[in-house]
Amino acid sequence: MNRQRLQRVLVTSASSVLAIIVALVVCAVILLVTGKDPVKAYSTLFGAASETKVLQGMLNRATPLMISAAAVAIGFKMNLFNIGVEGQMRVALLSTAVIGGAVDLPAPLHVAFCFMIAMATGALWSGIAGWLKVKRNVNEVISTIMLNFIGLSVVAWAFDTFFRLDEEGESTSLLVKTKDLPRSAWFPDLVDRRLNGILIVAVVILILFWILVWKTKFGFQLRASGANAGAARASGVNPKRMIVISMLISGALAGLVGMRALMGDVHAYQNNLAEQQGFNGIAVALLGRNHPLGIFFSALLFGFLGEASGRLQLDDIPKEIVTIMTGIIVLAVVIINEAVKRWDDRRIQRRAAAMVEAAS
Amino acid sequence: MPEHPQARGDFAVELRGITKTFPGVIANRHVSLAVRPGTIHAIVGENGAGKSTLMKTLYGMHQPDEGSITVDGVTSVFRSPTDAIEAGIGMVHQHFMLADNLTITENIILGNEPVTSRGRIDFVAANTRINALMTMLGVDFDLDAPVSSLGVGQRQRVEILKVLFRGARILILDEPTAVLVPQEVSELFVILKRLVREGSTVIFISHKLDEVLENCDEITVIRQGTTVAHTSPRETSRRGLAELMVGGDLPDPSGRDTHIRDSVLLDVDRIDVAGATIGSKLALDQVSLRVRSGEIVGIAGVEGNGQFELCEAILGLIATDHGSVSLEGRDITHTPTRERINSGLSYIPFDRHREGLLLDAPLWENTFLGREDDRQLSSVLFTRRRAIEADSRAVIERFGVRTPSEQAPAFALSGGNQQKLVVGREMASDPKILLAAHPTRGVDVGAQAAIWEELRNARDNGMGVLLISADLEELIGLSDTILVMFDGRITAHLDPTEATPELLGTYMTGEVQEVDS
Repeated sequence: MNRQRLQRVLVTSASSVLAIIVALVVCAVILLVTGKDPVKAYSTLFGAASETKVLQGMLNRATPLMISAAAVAIGFKMNLFNIGVEGQMRVALLSTAVIGGAVDLPAPLHVAFCFMIAMATGALWSGIAGWLKVKRNVNEVISTIMLNFIGLSVVAWAFDTFFRLDEEGESTSLLVKTKDLPRSAWFPDLVDRRLNGILIVAVVILILFWILVWKTKFGFQLRASGANAGAARASGVNPKRMIVISMLISGALAGLVGMRALMGDVHAYQNNLAEQQGFNGIAVALLGRNHPLGIFFSALLFGFLGEASGRLQLDDIPKEIVTIMTGIIVLAVVIINEAVKRWDDRRIQRRAAAMVEAAS
Repeated sequence: MPEHPQARGDFAVELRGITKTFPGVIANRHVSLAVRPGTIHAIVGENGAGKSTLMKTLYGMHQPDEGSITVDGVTSVFRSPTDAIEAGIGMVHQHFMLADNLTITENIILGNEPVTSRGRIDFVAANTRINALMTMLGVDFDLDAPVSSLGVGQRQRVEILKVLFRGARILILDEPTAVLVPQEVSELFVILKRLVREGSTVIFISHKLDEVLENCDEITVIRQGTTVAHTSPRETSRRGLAELMVGGDLPDPSGRDTHIRDSVLLDVDRIDVAGATIGSKLALDQVSLRVRSGEIVGIAGVEGNGQFELCEAILGLIATDHGSVSLEGRDITHTPTRERINSGLSYIPFDRHREGLLLDAPLWENTFLGREDDRQLSSVLFTRRRAIEADSRAVIERFGVRTPSEQAPAFALSGGNQQKLVVGREMASDPKILLAAHPTRGVDVGAQAAIWEELRNARDNGMGVLLISADLEELIGLSDTILVMFDGRITAHLDPTEATPELLGTYMTGEVQEVDS
């Protein structure tokens, strides 16, 4: 029993580990070809792990990735591909900055209020895609991509027209922000200005995600719908209801992705706030195999690579090598995962047959 | 012109000692087959007996572990269908492989296009050859028409033309009549007989004994992965062939000492269900039926005459337009599926892979599916894993599912064991009404007897069963009443003590219809 479980864990993580190794090898080749020393590059990159500051930065970067990967993974669990986390996040960012900034509440309440606004806005935006799928059979990949464009544009326009607050005497667009959130809506730091406490929220989200998907009736129905929609339907699971609920949960989580940047760092909305963190969640979910523990470690890895990549420039190695590396990891994990699954399926089938044979 | 194969050997196809194992199951064991040229040679056997595996071996879709293949006296190894095609073998699959939006000519020449000296497709040459083939078969097509405009029988003929166009002299037809209506079946045999007169050889896979006895020259019987007999229609009878197929005595589904009670459990009253596309005729047209406690009501019919829609409508998976469905006198016409299931409706689906199982999930999750609201297995919010696993072990035990444990994924089980698991799950909740669609499809004889036994026991305890089956013996043996469905309507009520497969057959084809009483 326990051995079986261990084997499952090993097989499941094998493809991710292999993918990382493949990416390291390929990037080493690229470095060699371009005349750089891969050993030096990697020792600089991974040597950064000894610095507390880098580790704190890693955790900071990993925080939104954990949340956005959870948002993507809950959709994946029932074969829904929510590519719209980025757009949902952005819509939620502006609404939270504006609405959260307009009210005055005691600190813990104010934080909770901001979370609610963020989740509601994110869910509203993803809910459009869910509604379109259920009512008009619009593929969620298409609708969420389109809603990304619409969301980004609407937010940019609304921000520019109504909410921007130019700092006195400054005209550089970098400093264009909304009004600052009141202090009561700031999420406290764990280590002053170095590590924000939303990390704890992200970890709690992953734990809740695990409980929801693997321990509840709803989670079972969600996984059943993903594993075989026909069987789930015949067993009385309402597929439309499942699509809407999982899209709403996914969007609500997506709304929280930007909160580290908004409530824990900048405390106001600006144009490139939390940029790409929604998209990067897709990669983290893929590498983490849609499992909370996998997502946790994948987010740490991506966070670390992002934080440490700057060091490479000191050695005159372009830090884009890290972007290439993450790209290869994602591509490799998809390919290797399929191969590992086929091999493992055959292994299980053979073993089951042998055991049945032996028993009779 | 096909060359005459007699010149090179006694047999067009000879398979010797073919063994093919898939992980855990032996699909074929020491199979021998000898097909004389210029004959229609039938291969008969139950579902899962290994007919298709054998034909895939012959067509090069996989390689046998042991044994040899000899075609026209030449022993060869087929690494792929390309090799088999080269040797003159053609396969007409059960599911047609045609591109809907291409014309008939384009489909026929696809992958084998004749080209002009300037490198373009030579449609003139193609059409000339196709026309010659059509004359030989006695069929006629507008070759420029798109395949999408063709019916099922016509598509099959296009498939046959396509195979001949590639130069096949030995044609394998995998259950070709399963999709055809009766007239099309006889038309198909006219074509096949012309083919063999012209020197081709036909290997015909089927489990429909009547058409085999009527039309084929020789018969090879396959049972449990191996060839058990070689015979011909002159030497055997329907009964004899059936016994060869199942091995010894036919299992007897009957046992007619039932106590039907008065209470009506399921009452379907004149329901309509719209067709699949706008404007098409109704999938269900004024269908009414009642199942009482302790009663098995059998539905006979050629697949696709509304049986599937009937089950879906009773379960609430598709909307009904008129009429009502009641369970124990309670109107459930607008009740959600899950609530219907919770009030005692169970469903053994038509296709266990499509609608019955989570193949990648462990068995304990599979036996839990559809029973999430069972308070022994879960609380309001959370699942109780230990209880679910224990319950799963009980189902496995009771139905003799052969598996290492309840932790094994469903895909690791053989088809028969998967079916036993589905039946076991649906019976585990002690349903009041069981919709059983082909409950013993693809299971071996022993499992079939076990499933029948469970159905009978549950019926004696007051369960009502709506039994849908293509196995007429099963239907006649188990049912207390038999209804025939044709074209979305119930066209006959029969007493199983008077029904014979032949009689059912005439109703199923729609030739004879009784006015709905």
